[in-house]
Amino acid sequence: MSEAILKVEGLKTSFFTDDGEIPAVDGIDFSVNEGEILGIVGESGCGKSVTSLSIMGLLPSPPGKIVGGHIFYKGEDISHAKESKMRKLRGNDIAMIFQEPMTSLNPVFTIGEQLMEAIRLHNHLSKKALTERAVELLKLVGLPRAKELLKEYPHELSGGMRQRVMIAMAMSCNPKVLIADEPTTALDVTIQAQILDLMIKLNRETHTAIIMITHDLGVVAQMCNRVVVMYAGKVVEEGLVKDIFNHPKHPYTEGLIQSIPDLYGKKDYLHTIKGSVPKPGSIHKGCLFAPRCEFVMDKCRVNTPELLGDSHKSRCFLHQEKA
Amino acid sequence: MPQASQAQPEQSTVKDISPTIMAIGEFWKAFRKNKPAIAGTFIVVFFILLAIFARFIAPQGINDQNIGIRLQPPSAAHWFGTDDFGRDIFSRIVFGARLSLRVGFLSVVGSIIAGTLLGVIAGYFGRFLDVVISRIFDILLAFPSILLSIAIVAILGPSLNNALVAIAIVNIPVFGRLVRSRVLTVKEEEYVVAARSIGMGDMRIIFHHVLPNSFAPIIVQGTLNIATAILDAAGLGFLGMGAQAPLPEWGKMLSDSREYIQNAPWTVLFPGLAIVLVVVGFNLIGDGLRDALDPRMKN
Repeated sequence: MSEAILKVEGLKTSFFTDDGEIPAVDGIDFSVNEGEILGIVGESGCGKSVTSLSIMGLLPSPPGKIVGGHIFYKGEDISHAKESKMRKLRGNDIAMIFQEPMTSLNPVFTIGEQLMEAIRLHNHLSKKALTERAVELLKLVGLPRAKELLKEYPHELSGGMRQRVMIAMAMSCNPKVLIADEPTTALDVTIQAQILDLMIKLNRETHTAIIMITHDLGVVAQMCNRVVVMYAGKVVEEGLVKDIFNHPKHPYTEGLIQSIPDLYGKKDYLHTIKGSVPKPGSIHKGCLFAPRCEFVMDKCRVNTPELLGDSHKSRCFLHQEKA
Repeated sequence: MPQASQAQPEQSTVKDISPTIMAIGEFWKAFRKNKPAIAGTFIVVFFILLAIFARFIAPQGINDQNIGIRLQPPSAAHWFGTDDFGRDIFSRIVFGARLSLRVGFLSVVGSIIAGTLLGVIAGYFGRFLDVVISRIFDILLAFPSILLSIAIVAILGPSLNNALVAIAIVNIPVFGRLVRSRVLTVKEEEYVVAARSIGMGDMRIIFHHVLPNSFAPIIVQGTLNIATAILDAAGLGFLGMGAQAPLPEWGKMLSDSREYIQNAPWTVLFPGLAIVLVVVGFNLIGDGLRDALDPRMKN
């Protein structure tokens, strides 16, 4: 297995509000290898986006703050790096694409101006070279009429096209890691598939590692090599995609998989996991998932399970006992 | 959205024209429909032309005194009559346009620059600086604007330029707060976060993202404020705190002639009319700009 390019160790990120400290991300560990696609899944409010913002050093601060743990990029801890250092890393080494392609582009500038600005941030190129590179990037992300697009404004593009432009901007300096925070949530299903295909293609061609943050297990199954399942700010299961889909070792993952609508077998109702993600910091004892778990045991409410296992880790007493 | 469907066919026919021109065209379409705004534009353009070509338009110099023809009513020789020194009021009003427009434009440009700077600092960097700057704005706004400008002129000494400076200072918080509120909105936009995620620094974000997206309200407020600034300058001139004799400043002309209001009303009527016209002109343009630039006002 190749070297881990990004490693997150015991990351804790809290928001300090009037109600006190709210631990949104509570000690998570995972690593991304070079050229790999890692999925991070979980319901809304699990801390997925906060994790990605912590890595980028883009937490809204105050109130957000990294209170513990480390983020290693190429072996260097960047969890508390200076802003000037982070600015060099962003875009050049780690880039990010966002959920809302509709609002991720500045409405008052053309696609070309914004794309070239992104390239210029980390490269000194002549105007001509910039334009060439911009056209090349737009072609890379599969946009037709690249030259004309440079002169168009964001409002003249569809959502899918804008997301492609965003990906082009993120890829402009050949980052080693691309964090995609639910990049397809706001798009039509057909466009979603195209964008995902594009990202797989980019991953193969440029060897950029991708962290795919999503709540859609279908996306994970289609794209990722490994997957991290998050629940209430903690990792509950981690492993290869095929292992997790075939033999989930945590009731939460099982629930998520069962909640995927089946295209062929008609069901009268869709499986749901009852209840919702607990408010961060509201459960102090036992397994965080215990209140919603179908297989809850007495000790689940008292003791907190550890994340155990070799290549397929899980945080559940039930499965640890079985093993 | 019926509007969008209407705009579609037109967009496809003018695809080759640059989008900037299209945006201006869109704005012009909305602005043109607004009759009062067009009237305001004509008034303001008229006064700007007067100011530029004053030398050629004015039949006499501003200080050509002739006691023999003092306080003459309007006639073919002196369209607006003459004042207490026998000076041609029409000529003085024409040259006065230069002074008033200069005060209006320069003081607003000054307030916009200072206000934008402070507003961006307060809104973008926030925290302690925001508290300090915002409280200063609050203090400045707590005074009636004319009182504050009188105080500033009292410190600097009465002259038209000092009045200009005073008016500029008084209006800083108006723009400062406007810019601050825009910055607070724009900096939370996703494209700003996206810009930071590709490594853009604060200065670039401010100049490339925040300011360009804050301009529309500043332009509207600026136009409206030119009117207020001209009015304030005239007010200061009237109180003897602005332009000094023998400058043909409209407010000063009013105050110099107020003793003759009963037997020579034209001496106050025409300077007053000039002030009213310019102020109304700028206000109409400002309202028109606001309607044309504000997407919510479109119907």
